[in-house]
Amino acid sequence: MMSRSAAAAAILLLTRPFALDGDIGLHDPSTVIQADGKFYVYATGNGLPFSVSDDGWTWRRAGSVMQAVPGGRPGPDVIARGGNNSWAPDIIRVGDKYYMYYSAPGTQPKAAIGLLVGKTLDPTSPNYKWEDAGPVVWSDGVEDSNAIDPGVFRDPANGTMWLTYGSYFGYIRLVELDPKTGKRLYPERKPVNIAINSEASVMIFREGWYYLLVTHGSCCAGANSSYNIRMGRSRKVAGPFVDNMGVDMLQGGGKLFAGSSGRYIGPGHFGLLDLGDGVQKFSCHYEADLDRGGISVLDIRPLLWRDGWPVAGDNLTAGTYEIESARTGTALEMAVQGAPVGGARGRGGRAGGAGRGEGGPPPPIPAQDPAQVSANWPAGPVDVRMAPYMLQAQQKWAITPVANAGGYPGAPYFKITIAGTDRALAATSEAELVVLPAFTGAPEQLWRLDQLADGTYRIMPKAVPNSSDALALSAVGSSMPTLARFRADSDRQRWILKTP
Amino acid sequence: MVRISIVLVGSACLFFSAPQQAPPAPAPARGPAPSLVRPMTPTKAPDAAGFLQRWLVLEPIRVVGQLTDSAVQAVVKKEYFSNQFTVIPRDGDRVTVGDESLGWHAIDTVNYNVNLYHFAYALSKPTSNVLFWAVTSVEASSDMSGVRLAIGSNAASVWWLNGQEVIGLYNDRQAVIDDGVSKRLTLKKGPNVIRAAIVNAGGATDFCARFLDRDDTPIKGLVVRLNAGGKDAVDTGSREPR
Repeated sequence: MMSRSAAAAAILLLTRPFALDGDIGLHDPSTVIQADGKFYVYATGNGLPFSVSDDGWTWRRAGSVMQAVPGGRPGPDVIARGGNNSWAPDIIRVGDKYYMYYSAPGTQPKAAIGLLVGKTLDPTSPNYKWEDAGPVVWSDGVEDSNAIDPGVFRDPANGTMWLTYGSYFGYIRLVELDPKTGKRLYPERKPVNIAINSEASVMIFREGWYYLLVTHGSCCAGANSSYNIRMGRSRKVAGPFVDNMGVDMLQGGGKLFAGSSGRYIGPGHFGLLDLGDGVQKFSCHYEADLDRGGISVLDIRPLLWRDGWPVAGDNLTAGTYEIESARTGTALEMAVQGAPVGGARGRGGRAGGAGRGEGGPPPPIPAQDPAQVSANWPAGPVDVRMAPYMLQAQQKWAITPVANAGGYPGAPYFKITIAGTDRALAATSEAELVVLPAFTGAPEQLWRLDQLADGTYRIMPKAVPNSSDALALSAVGSSMPTLARFRADSDRQRWILKTP
Repeated sequence: MVRISIVLVGSACLFFSAPQQAPPAPAPARGPAPSLVRPMTPTKAPDAAGFLQRWLVLEPIRVVGQLTDSAVQAVVKKEYFSNQFTVIPRDGDRVTVGDESLGWHAIDTVNYNVNLYHFAYALSKPTSNVLFWAVTSVEASSDMSGVRLAIGSNAASVWWLNGQEVIGLYNDRQAVIDDGVSKRLTLKKGPNVIRAAIVNAGGATDFCARFLDRDDTPIKGLVVRLNAGGKDAVDTGSREPR
């Protein structure tokens, strides 16, 4: 018997996009980092609590970082420069080391950002421990800076490493780091001011542009929090970072990246999660998830790109969709003989081809229901093909999250069935496709749908029988889908989901 | 490609080609098929994009030109002549369908596609409500697994490789490159017979075909050889006299 909470979760899955599963209550999350097949995220709280996930969908608490730090708290130099708190960390892997930067505020704006160095993120490893490497930057309580909210960035263009930090007292600042030590490369140099009126800064890079993402608004007031994520971009790592209207972020500029929507209030603390193959996601927390009693929760969502700017995508909503190939423009269908919606009609649209007649426009034609046309559908497995979309029953797919079947970063696995039936899309042991008479929950019937940068989707089975290859739904021809290795440089494995 | 004279095959003019024999009889010639030529070499490699350009095509069979899945399956599965699913014909072979004698023609297309409208029109044969049979034989130098037959056809068509049905395309459609693609299959070392049945209801009619490798790249390292009929045929069946 399904528990009440599981049943409630299942209902939520069916009705809206989801903010992950499991124990996801946290605030000020770090970048979500992958290590040894697991996902880790670190957050504000006593001793820097962290959570781990095996798949990026279901999360569990795993303790606190300071449990593995000698003394169990920030090092003495960090406390001296800032205070004995531990907030809003960020993390990066460089070589065989992990650098964790964390906020150690005293009475703000007196604060410091400390560095911890570790060799593994796995708390069960015998090598698991975090070494205090002291303060990296700090603010003295008088200057126009509040040295909290670190964001660490490795420049893919040249390998340099940078730290942005700051909160509403004054500026967001930038310093260069030494990848060998994680400390400042030029401690004698004055930090560069790059933005104001914001916090939770972090930088990302794409196609020659540096993007500075920050959080505007107020936090920590539940559903009354105005947190929202904004951004500017620059051709140089040190700015100036300018928004879409030409306003410098040093003068308060910032194009909106993500604001409150749906049942979620106050997104903040952007983090890039690059899954490779051109699949990018971002993490954030919401100040209030109205479906979870208004607590602050972690989420992972698709990261899209449009006109040179990142766009916050939404995780897929359960519903009925046309699945259209971006390569061919044809739509996935169960390979049965179709019947025209509303019956055969001739030129002009009248039944029987009578053309325009007297008496005004004819009545609307209802949507085609499988019950109307499925009498001759084979009872057993049916091939899958593609065809011009004509709103026919065998072309409309219900995409429905499956509870308790696991997931992937940001979303649970889905089943894909002919709408109005239980006929389920499945992968075969020959890496082809078939529609089975009924959904059983087998791994080859569970599907992962990652939204790509251009808004199309990569669709992958959880497993292909007798294969360990990660394969994606692929348009090998205008009328033929198959499963093949994903190629980010091709439209073969890109699919457009349209509501019929 | 410019040819200098006309050869008559069967009862009608099909090609520009070098003269090889005297015209057997006056024909209601409509002029040569502009995109088709008589094969002049023992073998032919696929073109630069992997398209198979040498085929044996049977003069069209008159059928009801319905193009739904079930109608096309019924039309192409009906037996019109002996061994129609196994025979490897030779140029000039003839079969009788109903009371009509139809000839097989070896052709090379100068394009990526085989224009069946050109083919039938040049022979003063119907182009609408017709069924075309086409056969070719592709030699592979070694077993090749994970390949796909990829075709386009106007209009519906059903395709077999070495006797196994591998593609079915239905409804009125244009010949789009790589429209119908088979599941992964194996080309065996030596000859592999491709057989196609194309049903046209009206208007233009043509087809194209090539093989794709496991990376969906066109396969060019094949040889098309149409003299595999006779003693080398997979199944010679019974032929009517030429």
